[in-house]
Amino acid sequence: MQSTVKPAIPAKALAGRDQNLLRLLVMLVFVFGLMTVLRPNEFATLADFNSMMRQFPEYGIMAIGISLTMITGGIDLGVVGTANLSAIFAAKFLIGAVPQGAPPEQVLPYLAAAVAIALATGLLCGAFAGLLISRFRIPAILATLGTQQLYTGIAIGITNGRPQSRLPLLYSTIGNTEFFGFFPLSFVIYCAIAVGIGLMLSRSRFGTCMYMLGTNAKAARFAGLNNASIIIRTYMVSGILSSVAGLIMMARANSAKADYGAPYTLQCVLIAVLGGIDPNGGFGKITGVTLAILILQFLSSGLNMFNNISNFYRDVIWGGVLILVLVFNRLFSIRAERRAVRRSMA
Amino acid sequence: MAASILKVVGIAKSFGGVQALKGVSLEIDAGEIHCLAGENGSGKSTLIKVISGVHEPDAGSIEIVGRRLSRLSPMEAIALGIQVIYQDFSVFPNLSVMENLALNMELMDKRALMNWGRARAIAAHAVSLIGFEVDLDERVENLSVADRQLVAICRALLHDSKLIIMDEPTSALTKKEVKALFAVIKSLQSRGISILFVSHKLDEVFEISERFTILRNGENVAAGSTEELDHRTFAFHMTGREFAEASYKSDRAPGPPVLSVKGLSQVGSYEGISFDLAQGEILGITGLLGSGRTELVETLFGISSPDSGSIEIAGREVRMRSVKDAIALGIGYVPSDRLTEGLFLPQSIERNAVIGVLGRLCNSLGLLNRRAVAELMSKWIAELSIAAKDPSLPVKTLSGGNQQKVVLARWLASELSVLILNGPTMGVDIGAKYDIHALMRELASKGLAIIIVSDDLPEVLACASRILVMRDGAFIQELEPATTTESRLGELSTGVA
Repeated sequence: MQSTVKPAIPAKALAGRDQNLLRLLVMLVFVFGLMTVLRPNEFATLADFNSMMRQFPEYGIMAIGISLTMITGGIDLGVVGTANLSAIFAAKFLIGAVPQGAPPEQVLPYLAAAVAIALATGLLCGAFAGLLISRFRIPAILATLGTQQLYTGIAIGITNGRPQSRLPLLYSTIGNTEFFGFFPLSFVIYCAIAVGIGLMLSRSRFGTCMYMLGTNAKAARFAGLNNASIIIRTYMVSGILSSVAGLIMMARANSAKADYGAPYTLQCVLIAVLGGIDPNGGFGKITGVTLAILILQFLSSGLNMFNNISNFYRDVIWGGVLILVLVFNRLFSIRAERRAVRRSMA
Repeated sequence: MAASILKVVGIAKSFGGVQALKGVSLEIDAGEIHCLAGENGSGKSTLIKVISGVHEPDAGSIEIVGRRLSRLSPMEAIALGIQVIYQDFSVFPNLSVMENLALNMELMDKRALMNWGRARAIAAHAVSLIGFEVDLDERVENLSVADRQLVAICRALLHDSKLIIMDEPTSALTKKEVKALFAVIKSLQSRGISILFVSHKLDEVFEISERFTILRNGENVAAGSTEELDHRTFAFHMTGREFAEASYKSDRAPGPPVLSVKGLSQVGSYEGISFDLAQGEILGITGLLGSGRTELVETLFGISSPDSGSIEIAGREVRMRSVKDAIALGIGYVPSDRLTEGLFLPQSIERNAVIGVLGRLCNSLGLLNRRAVAELMSKWIAELSIAAKDPSLPVKTLSGGNQQKVVLARWLASELSVLILNGPTMGVDIGAKYDIHALMRELASKGLAIIIVSDDLPEVLACASRILVMRDGAFIQELEPATTTESRLGELSTGVA
């Protein structure tokens, strides 16, 4: 009999997995330090932190959505389309339904209804993508490229491409609330989502099923998992998260528009991969994704402070980072695999 | 004769603190068929890699055709006439037979442009060496496993080989194909080529080789002439354990059938299948690959639907639309392909084992109770004697036998009435094989109804209480293991008397 079996979560496993988190942490400290040294008067000031906390939740939440779909072995490129379509439905409803000059307590129920409409839109958008992927077996990357185009198209169609403004003032007032005069509501929402989704992934049955399906769909079927239902539910979650991001963008811009946040798609994929989500499915954690978001936000805020670096170079930097991370992860996983094999023989 | 073509002495090799080889010696004469046997992890593969120049040994000497070498690179090994045919044959599935055969030669000659005429000539010459009849323009992925292997052998012959090493060449072949392969090996021998045949199947060792070397835990444990070997000593040397296996007989009074199949048919797979299965029975289904055996049991597990006929569980007719339905009815299935169907290879041993019973391991909030998971896992590791150092390691770090035990563990936690095992001990070493057989008997004696699908005839004879032979999608005969023999089973399943 084996006497070496350790109960609970062995430290080795944590160390093995957390190598990735450790690398991200080092990278984060490096970027942070670099920017602090180069721009001591602007970077990492309280005002700068506040502005960063306003910026990253909207794409961070979508990055979490994409990460979830990537863990199941797919990808959701329709997050931005879903976000905008959800926001536009909510905005149309508010503009049409709220009477002019109504007092705040009268507007509040309308806001709740608008949020519900947005979330329901996100849910349906995600369910549709999940249906295409699971029932019609369309590769996720093509299916969601299609839904992205479709949702953006619908959004343009019903708005003629114009921004939906003149929202009730209360919406952006609430949306831009700052707790303790420092933590924006969107940041708090991000934290709640990150913790909730992180818990779902690591501790819930559904989360484990997502990882297993992403590792080997065939084995999942033989183990009795309902693959179609897991996929549809995953894209539904991604859709809901996108609609939350849409609501946040709407609060920040005080309007909704079909083409807000267009470059976010690539940026979110970059975050997921940088954060250690395996593009082949089956592995990755929200902690990693959050660290990746912070790294990119520091980089981007920092770069903004250099007047001689044009915004046009940002794509070069994003693309370069994405490719570097992919190559690095590949090299690293080969090494880690060898080590695991050796350890098992020891 | 009797000039040794290869002589390795005292080879030691360790990987990061693990001593894979502890001073192993091996000598092969010219024109000899030598068998290298040993369980998984005994060091066979490492030794082959040392001989072929892939690994550099930490200690010991290598002598090839009388030349003593201190260092050996893969290219030098090939130049000296050593060729290895690995289990995956290392052929390019998307290229034609001709391209597979000729590419290496063209590359070795450092030519920039392919000369297709010459390539065809090379390929035609290669296949003629062993009288292998094949369409040179066929893509290799369309060939059978046996033919792919022959392509690899032909390619090896092109390099003026003196020693061909075959790493478990028969593991994916049918009986008939094994016979054909052996004929090829004999013909190679008659050309003066030595063969190092790696296998853990005793019957093959007896049939083909003249001398053998057995490794265990990186050491030589036995060597000599094959004639001196018998089943018991072979199994003992391989495992260091003594085994006695008697055939299984249910000691229960025959009860009503748990599973009853009536006239089940699926177009193109199987037809008119009927049988009953009672508690405590182990039903053996044997037949060749393509006889419809896998399709049949996959239908019983809800993977596919039958076109006609009925399935009854405990006397009630059921319809299974999915695997989930089958599991809800108490049916468990250990798939034939452990690597792609049975396991989530890069995931932890723990996750692989508990995936089926996650629902029971959650607390009232729907979150997994980690302690319950760990407790269940250590219980299984102990009960099934799974050799796992750490359940959080990827399941692919385990040996074949232990991997299979993890798949089994998944079902042991569920409330099963029928357990179907498809090729449960394929690629599993002897020790684990006996463990799995013993487990099956124990489960059956506790009242589980078991179906074992296997083309390992000794296994079927040893485990089953009743045997059904399947051929071309139909059951052709029912046999009692006590009154039948391996050769009778073989004749029935191939249809060749």
